[in-house]
Amino acid sequence: MSNPTNLNYTKEHEWVSIDGDVATIGITKYAAEKLGDVVFVDLPKVGSQTTYMKICGEIESTKSVGELYAPLDGEVVEVNTVVMDAPETVNSDPFGAGWLIKVRFTSLPELLSAADYDALTGEG
Amino acid sequence: MPQTPLHSEHARLGASFTDFGGWDMPVRYTSDLAEHEAVRTGAGLFDISHMAEIFVSGPQAAMFLDYALVIQSSSIAIGKAKYALICNAQGGIIDDLIVYRIADDQFLVIANAGNRHEVVEALKQRAIFLGFVGVEDKSDEFALLAVQGPKATSLLQTNTDIDLDALPYYSIASGNFNGIPVFFCRTGYTGEDGFEVLIKSADAVKAFNDLLNLGITPCGLAARDTLRLEAGMPLYGHELSLEVNPYQAGLGRVVKLDRDEDFVGKSALAALKEKQQESVLVGLVGTGKRAARADYQIFSGDTVIGQVTSGALSPTLGYPVAMGYVSKDFAELGSVVEVDIRGTRLAMTVVKLPFYKRSK
Repeated sequence: MSNPTNLNYTKEHEWVSIDGDVATIGITKYAAEKLGDVVFVDLPKVGSQTTYMKICGEIESTKSVGELYAPLDGEVVEVNTVVMDAPETVNSDPFGAGWLIKVRFTSLPELLSAADYDALTGEG
Repeated sequence: MPQTPLHSEHARLGASFTDFGGWDMPVRYTSDLAEHEAVRTGAGLFDISHMAEIFVSGPQAAMFLDYALVIQSSSIAIGKAKYALICNAQGGIIDDLIVYRIADDQFLVIANAGNRHEVVEALKQRAIFLGFVGVEDKSDEFALLAVQGPKATSLLQTNTDIDLDALPYYSIASGNFNGIPVFFCRTGYTGEDGFEVLIKSADAVKAFNDLLNLGITPCGLAARDTLRLEAGMPLYGHELSLEVNPYQAGLGRVVKLDRDEDFVGKSALAALKEKQQESVLVGLVGTGKRAARADYQIFSGDTVIGQVTSGALSPTLGYPVAMGYVSKDFAELGSVVEVDIRGTRLAMTVVKLPFYKRSK
């Protein structure tokens, strides 16, 4: 199974890692594989606000455009400049170096467990 | 959904699949970009068995095709091929084709998968009109493998009995590949040198695996699409349709009007040729990394002046390239337009096609 159990997930194929009041957010390996080779990542600016399930970024592959849905309300405190310069990192290490943004959240919605997400994507 | 004889091989190789022209086809095996790169620098293998093989045979075969298509097939030498269009009476494009002359009285017409029935139907109706009976759709009997890239010819040569380098671009010859009888067609849809290898469906799995064993990279339709886009080649349903005439699509050179015999669409095409086209197909390039994609609108200021038909971030060139139809007033080389990319404007410049040309 490829979805790490220490992360939480959304049905829009983001993963969320909680550390205190900051959430690190990326897209799952499943999403990255569906997109194909990622060639461009458009992320929100540091300091901007995210709203639960509103689009806050875009991930483009050669063939398609994927939208990044904010998994929680909050303020963007960091964006991953590595993936902006080297978008292929999203494919090569989606759960690690390919993270996208860090958000200081104001409320924590209910997220999916790895087992729930496995079930959603027909894995596990 | 129909599958090619190689579907299980693609699945074994871990391909992702997509619906293309009604067929369940491999879109990529591992990485679109790596597959694209393999074709530009080495050799790539595409299963294009979804394409239609229509055989036109008999003493009147050349005369029939001269009437049915916009090219003069009777002037194709035996063993040679020509890019062609089949148009309706109004000059709209039913499909783009390659016509190969196998023998004096035998031609092979390759049509797009999604237009197979339209093309076969149109050919058969035109045959009835002329009292010709030699049109046969043999698509299900054949598989087609494209081997493309600068190393394609030398790799294929190691397993065949005929001198492939002696075959010019746009030619066809029968031979054998590892003991399998095949037709070698020196054509392609990638902008690279290479062959399209026509084989009996029953031999497809063996031929496919023999080609993989030569070290040729299996490539999916995603790479095929970016390769043909860079090479400025039109894709039916994007750059070409029934609503588009050859002069708008930059394919006026394909239409052979100056010949005595009549052909379907001739009078309409002759009139269209004299008319200034309101919108024409152009190549567009931009800067940055955001792609202008199919169906995005093209603007000059607040006015919509056209629409993108195909576009991607060019893997070879590293900047966005697109094809699209724009109003004639903006079609001049160097003209700057704007494409609406999901709410953001990207300035793009009209350039001459193709975007990419291989060094000879």
